Amino acid sequence: MPETLVFYLFSGLAIGASALVIGQRNPMYSIMLLIASFGALSGLYILLDAPFAAVAQIIVYAGAIMVLFLFVVMLLNAPQEDAAAYDRTHPLRHPAITRFGALLAGLLVVQLTWALARANQLAQPVAGRTDAGTVSSVRELGRVLFERHGFAFEATSILILVAMVGAVVLARREDRV
Amino acid sequence: MDLRLFVQLVVIGLTFFMLINASAILVLAERKIMGFMQQRYGPYLVGPHGVLQPLADILKLLMKEELRPKGADRWLFTLAPILSITAAFAAFATVPWGAETTLFGLLDQPIKLGVSDVNVGVLVVFAITSMGVYGIVLAGWASNSKYSLFGGLRASAQMISYELSYATSLAAVILLAGSLSLREVVDSQTGYWFGVIPHWYVFLQPVGFIIYVIAGVAETNRAPFDFPEAEQELVAGYNTEYSSVRFALFPQAEYINMATMSAVATDLYLGGWHGPFLPAEYGWIWFLIKVGVILFAYIWMRWTVPRYRYDQLMSFGWKWLFPASVINLLVTAALVLYFNA
Repeated sequence: MPETLVFYLFSGLAIGASALVIGQRNPMYSIMLLIASFGALSGLYILLDAPFAAVAQIIVYAGAIMVLFLFVVMLLNAPQEDAAAYDRTHPLRHPAITRFGALLAGLLVVQLTWALARANQLAQPVAGRTDAGTVSSVRELGRVLFERHGFAFEATSILILVAMVGAVVLARREDRV
Repeated sequence: MDLRLFVQLVVIGLTFFMLINASAILVLAERKIMGFMQQRYGPYLVGPHGVLQPLADILKLLMKEELRPKGADRWLFTLAPILSITAAFAAFATVPWGAETTLFGLLDQPIKLGVSDVNVGVLVVFAITSMGVYGIVLAGWASNSKYSLFGGLRASAQMISYELSYATSLAAVILLAGSLSLREVVDSQTGYWFGVIPHWYVFLQPVGFIIYVIAGVAETNRAPFDFPEAEQELVAGYNTEYSSVRFALFPQAEYINMATMSAVATDLYLGGWHGPFLPAEYGWIWFLIKVGVILFAYIWMRWTVPRYRYDQLMSFGWKWLFPASVINLLVTAALVLYFNA
């Protein structure tokens, strides 16, 4: 039973930290809580016998992306997030758009409930999975990623390249036009 | 109690104890070597030749009053040194430091010297060392002082720039060894070329080793890359507002990180515990010698090379070190493919 206990510990931590991320006014606290949530998720991956996914989660999200977040928050030195301080005339603050966002959020909740309700029927062993060793093997993971999903992998890398070029163009700020 | 489990726990405890001691020994070594390089004695009064100086330092720091600036963020100010030291200790968790041993026949099955052995060990070390920067950044932000904030900002920018080169140089070694487990990387370095040159990856990866060392110095915030605490520019950088034990944890974390960095370099490039003259049971002596040599070079570098300028560091990291590490990785990958095919 210790595994079940650890599972509930990590899931509770992940859910609690994620909920607090939204509840915080101080962006610095939000970032720290998000890191805690990522850490708990990586613990869940280890419980699923997928140490590579767990470590990748820490390196990519908790290590690299959150350091960038932290850097930006510190650079802006935003002490408080205050809803009242926003510009109410901004087009994105229009009531119709806010309502549309709320509708989407409601849809998401409905979808999630539907998916969770059907989870029992879907929980069947994945075809082709022979033993736990192949899941945790980095070699197998690489083979699947680069052989079966090679196109998706390359497409993702092009997407990231486009985002990078976009960021460089936006950051240059030369008044050419 | 199971004898094997007991011995394993003793090994884990010993690793922890050695890491704590490493910081004390390094404090003394740094001051002694610095003294030698500046033609003076260094600490000399506490104990014979000043060898008990670290004890005196620790006692002094414990006796000091703990201060927290008025505008500082209470929680993050306290959390920052704890995060630093936790990451420093945790990073050593997958670093092996000796061959499998039965302790001269005491155990029927050999145990592994090291805290744990996971099949993605290299990545675990990398992931946890990259978490160490949060301690420094948070310390800088939570102190509510402009010098600390600058120190923290520099730490995060430096970390982002150098982590890439660091990881890419690691990847080249992983390609050669064909495994992500540090123990398997070490075990693939047994034997000799032409009977004399040991089969270490430093000879196959000279460029990678240099990149690893430079990026490692930048990662542990040591001179000549100690910008987060550059004392001529930022008073004391990110730890300006800290005092007493909270302050002590930052340099301690830095020294432990140095030890981890040297141990990983030994495992990856210098053949770990493999060496001539000693039987495999005593391999850990070779390991300690190699780590000691790297640590000496670390201290040597600090008191020989002047600090870079901050923008020089960034342009060096992005325009030279990172492209060099990528080319190194590509060439290594091509050669591995060519010779294995």
